[in-house]
Amino acid sequence: MTNWIEIGALDDIPRLGSRVVRTPGGNIAVFRTESDEVFALDDRCPHKGGPLSQGIVHNKRVTCPLHNFVIELASGQAVAPDEGCTHTHPAKVENGVVWLSVRQAAAVS
Amino acid sequence: MLDKVTKQKLVVIGNGMAGIRTVEALLERAPDLYDITVFGSEPYGNYNRILLSPVLAGEKTVDDIMLNTVDWYEDNNITLRKGETISMIDRRTCEVVTDAGDRVPYDRLLIATGSNPIMLPLPGKDLQGVIGFRDIYDVDRMIKASTDYRNAVVIGGGLLGLEAANGLMKRGMNVTVVHLLDTLMERQLDPVAGGLLRKSLEERGMVFKMPAQTQAILGEERVTGVRFGDGTELAADLVVMAVGIRPNFELAKKAGLYCERGIVVSDTMQTYDGRIYAVGECVQHRRQTYGLVAPLFDQAKVCANHLAMKGFATYDGSVTSTKLKVTGIDLFSAGDFSPGPDKEEIVLQDANRGVYKRIILKDKKIVGAVLYGDTIDGPWYFQHLRDGTDVSHMRERLVFGAANLGEGGVSGQNSVAAMSDETEICGCNGVCKGAIVKAISEKKLFTLDDVRAHTKASSSCGSCTGLVEQVLAFTLGGDYSAAPKVKPLCKCTDHSHDDVRRVIVEQQLKTIPAVMRFMEWKTLNGCHSCRPALNYYLLATWPGEYRDDQQSRFINERVHANIQKDGTYSVVPRMWGGVTTPSELRAIADVAEKFNIPTVKVTGGQRIDLLGVKKEDLPAVWADLNDAGMVSGHAYAKGLRTVKTCVGSEWCRFGTQDSTGLGVRLEKFMWGSWTPAKVKLGVSGCPRNCAEATCKDVGVVCVDSGYEIHFAGAAGLHIKGTEFLTKVETEDETLEVIVALTQLYREEGWYLERMYKWCDRVGLEQIRKRVVDDVANRKALFARFAYSQQFAQTDPWAERASHGVDRNEFAPLAELELA
Repeated sequence: MTNWIEIGALDDIPRLGSRVVRTPGGNIAVFRTESDEVFALDDRCPHKGGPLSQGIVHNKRVTCPLHNFVIELASGQAVAPDEGCTHTHPAKVENGVVWLSVRQAAAVS
Repeated sequence: MLDKVTKQKLVVIGNGMAGIRTVEALLERAPDLYDITVFGSEPYGNYNRILLSPVLAGEKTVDDIMLNTVDWYEDNNITLRKGETISMIDRRTCEVVTDAGDRVPYDRLLIATGSNPIMLPLPGKDLQGVIGFRDIYDVDRMIKASTDYRNAVVIGGGLLGLEAANGLMKRGMNVTVVHLLDTLMERQLDPVAGGLLRKSLEERGMVFKMPAQTQAILGEERVTGVRFGDGTELAADLVVMAVGIRPNFELAKKAGLYCERGIVVSDTMQTYDGRIYAVGECVQHRRQTYGLVAPLFDQAKVCANHLAMKGFATYDGSVTSTKLKVTGIDLFSAGDFSPGPDKEEIVLQDANRGVYKRIILKDKKIVGAVLYGDTIDGPWYFQHLRDGTDVSHMRERLVFGAANLGEGGVSGQNSVAAMSDETEICGCNGVCKGAIVKAISEKKLFTLDDVRAHTKASSSCGSCTGLVEQVLAFTLGGDYSAAPKVKPLCKCTDHSHDDVRRVIVEQQLKTIPAVMRFMEWKTLNGCHSCRPALNYYLLATWPGEYRDDQQSRFINERVHANIQKDGTYSVVPRMWGGVTTPSELRAIADVAEKFNIPTVKVTGGQRIDLLGVKKEDLPAVWADLNDAGMVSGHAYAKGLRTVKTCVGSEWCRFGTQDSTGLGVRLEKFMWGSWTPAKVKLGVSGCPRNCAEATCKDVGVVCVDSGYEIHFAGAAGLHIKGTEFLTKVETEDETLEVIVALTQLYREEGWYLERMYKWCDRVGLEQIRKRVVDDVANRKALFARFAYSQQFAQTDPWAERASHGVDRNEFAPLAELELA
């Protein structure tokens, strides 16, 4: 069962930007695309653990600030030829409010 | 997605490298636009024709050189009709006709029929055992002959002939090469290099008969020998004709398409019939035909762009380079090296070492290069040749190569062939030679970009680029695809940095989306490469008007601190000219203790770095530093960094001027400015140069009679002393020249291009003319810099620490306590 938690207003996340949600299991990065979709990923690049929330967001991807791995926001997959995957969490926007469902296998910090 | 019925039909005639490379590029750009059918008369998928020589020599197998297997066509929904030949193009009905009479309609047609070996019209040319050297079938026949027979004659001492001869020799045959002229590979080599090549091939057992004209091939059913113009004869069981290739354009000509020495195409790779495109060895473009692989890749890209209907790209010809694929012989040639009254030559000849280098210059630029024995610098010369770099400032040392000019990177090792597989090529990403070779062969890589993407080699600092190109050339055995002459800004566009900067001004574009729309960006929001570049260009072009886009800033510039490997940040307050005070030091010490900052380190730029600061602590750290009078040191910025000084005349017994004071003055005037890449200054009080000013982006060396201004130095990836710009008498003039120079760089530099690279590209004289000689221009540049500074000189730390700018950036959106 999906357990939705309200985490804040959409306007509090910049377009093509990201904010961090702290959890006991580690940080989750919540991204907002140009068209106001939101995606949530563990804030750890599969490459060397870089904080994806600090990266540049373009279309539905983010570039890790440490070594430029590009990660698909929807799947958490690194864009080929790079390999690796970051754990994703369901996220949605309703009436300008962002909801997150933290998947239990969450981030190991 | 369009279904099969409504999709346009693209028919490709020719299943070789050019045709399929075009299809691949097309699929990248518009995967669903066409229903594609490929005709190929050979019974294989697409293979790498340039590697036939290593197959013949037994160094590779046919499987090794396959580029696209039959599965690939299936996976991409391409109909491959191999073993079928097209006999006619019916332009009236827009159909192609196979030799079996089958008619296949097209909306767009791509002709990539390649070339055929030239078979000399000699008596006996149709005897058994007389073959060309063009495809797998020919190679199979040669390999078979080498097991059954002893004596081979290769007619033609060009690239292909020598590779064939080498392969046959490796297979155990006695090989004689017959050449019409007295220089081997005369299209690529001058007589000296040709002579060296001949000597070393003779040492391996190859026999030459040259100059010699073949008159007849002898034999009844199978070849038994060859007769020459002077009447002599030579026994032979195998004759390979490798005198050249001829573009294969019969089909196009029969269809009424205009042909000369090849199918004549425009800059968009279209024939005279706009529906019909042609690429590769079968085409003639601007009077040139090409028989190498690099140009064909350039053509494929342009052609695919147009087929994908995203076309503004044009092909304007290629400069080619060649490397002989004979293991153990190092030979490189590029460009035009025919003698001429307006050309100059630099020659280095060392017979004992077997080294010969000849660089041909015209109008201060490299137009040709022939290297023998030591070819490590081949790609480097070739780069300068393609870029049209003004090389006059390095002319004296040019012939000694990149390493001697401090451009060879820091590894110090330069010969790829001699390296073991474990040798590290890319020091940034720890990629060794073996890994690169493996990726190239297994993943069928051709270009530097491919290698960067797959191995990460050369993708960080780039100082190993030359080495990686060498590994490519070494592994592919020959002419790999070199970077295009005009580099696009990034993969999101085909436009260059210069194009973008020009159009921003001309079209008065003032936002990133406006630039992307106008210049037809291929991606929705660009990427991590182009967005920061565009942000800088707009900021530098429209000071006071453009609103800085924080989301297009790299994280360091967005949060005004440097991200570290663990996600914490480092903080460097400005210390003007490297001068500090007890109270500043006390404040730094207090901050370090208060926020448990684990490391405090003195930097190379005469400042103090606080490392390991948590992101959420940054505003509070800055507030405390601000309270003690300190501001951001911009240690994270593509902007003015440090001004390093020595103590100068105020204290030093040798000091000639107040170097510290001048340094502080420069820093106070210039801080806060954004530049294409970082800018570091140095001011030394006397020629002993304790501030190491002559390896900075801009350096001042004070002398008794005034101030020497230097620029374009580097002491990082590359080590390079500065260029002398000018000497002035007063501090005021020094400031004016340096500010004007920086402004010119701000207006013309490419994003991430350091000042020394910019100087290399634009030329020292050009810069001196506009900054030093043209006084009015200097004053105008100075005024523009000063104007933009009024918007730039706000301390970003204070804005964030006390004025609530970007508050969201430093706090989490939410804190969850999960069960």
